[in-house]
Amino acid sequence: MAAVALYFSDIYRSLRSIVIGMGVTINQMFQPVVTLQYPIEKKAMPERVRNRLYMNFDDCIGCELCANACPVDCIDIEVMKAPATENLGVTSTGQKKRIYVTKFDIDIAKCCYCGLCVYPCPTECLKMTDVYEFSEFDRHNLIYNFSTMTPSEIETAKGKIKVFEEEQAAKKAAAAAQAAAAKAAAPVPPSSPDPSSQTPPPPANPDSGNAQPNT
Amino acid sequence: MENILQLLSNPIVSAVLMALAPLLFILPYALVTIYIEMKMAAHIQNRLAYMQTGWHGTLQPFADILKLLQKEDIIPTAASKFLFILAPYLVFVGTYSSFAVLPFSSAFIGSNIDLGIFFLIAVSSLVVVGLLMSGWASNNKWSLFGALRSAAQIVSYEIPSALAILGVVMVSGTMSTQEMTHFQDGGIGQWIIFGGNLPLWQKLSLIPFMIILFLIYLVSSMAEVNRTPFDIPEAESELVQGYNTEYSGMKFAIFYLAEYANLFLVSAVVVILFFGGWTSPFGTFLSGPVWGAFWFVTKGMLFVCLNIWLRWTLPRLRVDQLMYVSWKVLTPFALLCVLAIGLIVVM
Repeated sequence: MAAVALYFSDIYRSLRSIVIGMGVTINQMFQPVVTLQYPIEKKAMPERVRNRLYMNFDDCIGCELCANACPVDCIDIEVMKAPATENLGVTSTGQKKRIYVTKFDIDIAKCCYCGLCVYPCPTECLKMTDVYEFSEFDRHNLIYNFSTMTPSEIETAKGKIKVFEEEQAAKKAAAAAQAAAAKAAAPVPPSSPDPSSQTPPPPANPDSGNAQPNT
Repeated sequence: MENILQLLSNPIVSAVLMALAPLLFILPYALVTIYIEMKMAAHIQNRLAYMQTGWHGTLQPFADILKLLQKEDIIPTAASKFLFILAPYLVFVGTYSSFAVLPFSSAFIGSNIDLGIFFLIAVSSLVVVGLLMSGWASNNKWSLFGALRSAAQIVSYEIPSALAILGVVMVSGTMSTQEMTHFQDGGIGQWIIFGGNLPLWQKLSLIPFMIILFLIYLVSSMAEVNRTPFDIPEAESELVQGYNTEYSGMKFAIFYLAEYANLFLVSAVVVILFFGGWTSPFGTFLSGPVWGAFWFVTKGMLFVCLNIWLRWTLPRLRVDQLMYVSWKVLTPFALLCVLAIGLIVVM
């Protein structure tokens, strides 16, 4: 008897669950959809999101603090000290630029988006943007060259440095020569000084006479 | 003009034309149904489905067809080539020949034979042969599992569906689908689910049995078209699509087309058996040959949508549950209903 009751209650429960299930699905059908049609619609990123690095080269003073902070060494910087006579301008924060930055490469494929390079930058020229669509077919395209210096500019800069260095060297040599000349011109110490003053007086060995008889 | 009429009066030409007419329905129907199915499935899951191809993705079915046409037609080396090629066509023929007895309207029926619904049961079982053939010829164990499950399932569910049809035949007193529809002509109250045009007390006492028979036929027809919750023969997660794993390109498309054609076929049978075929629900209002086709297709599509709705609601059954439902629930209930209907009709 219990088996018969179970048989009918099973049928009843399954029919009931089908009806309930169909109610759920028809209800869901008229709910608003949750799909975001991604390439067309985009979700706003959070305010402090860390995505692609952006670097404002005009503000870079070539201090290499960011490259030193990077845990994965994805920032590659080469610098040359500019001649003191050269005016490289100032950054937007008012710091004077003294160094040629000939190479400022960020390999974004290596970047781990930690943001550690952003904080040390004294001129705040590095920052993380909310851009996240930058995939490439060739991974070499992921190395971003931020340095705006062209090879010819670098050559010119090198030339200037060389000229400056030569000038410096010449100046130094001149200074040295001058110093030497000044030295030469300076009053010479007496070439034949008083021998008594130069040589130590003959040892007056009062003891020696005393010692001799001893030995 | 005269030549054309003469050509049309040629029996062979007219037979070919009549034979091609349902295809003109099936092809656009399949495109529309694929679209409806994807959209319903997506919206049930709070998604959007196709949005990029055309307005709200309406061109996507055409794009799919184009893709399938361009695909390489691969026949596995170890497959039994002849059977492998034959199987999809056999599946489609089994479905398509059943369309011969569907009365699309009072003016159009492929073949108005007296044993219409019997022919339909018999011929649509040919699909099983095609499925078994494809599973065997693929020389792939998953395909064979799928084909065997499919055979077991379809053969099991033939019995309750045949009994349900028998109950309706007892009420209408005919096996011809066209006459069965004429029997229900005259508005929604005359439909067989409400007892047909029998005397009032018979109608009232028939209604509960007819509703049960309708549910039995609905469930077993879903099992016959291999759709969720009865899709264990082509269970994707378990059998990698079952019997059509090895098929690609146009052959796969034919399987797909046959599945959708079969879906409309069973929905149309539900409509003919219980919901008045091409008759208008408002009696003589909006009735006529053209409106008849409209009502037939509309009602059929409603049941296609019901099938899709159920598909995206219910999870897949286990094999033993499937057999339990067929042999221990549907068949005894169908037998009881047939007995009760027999008593009511005789009295």
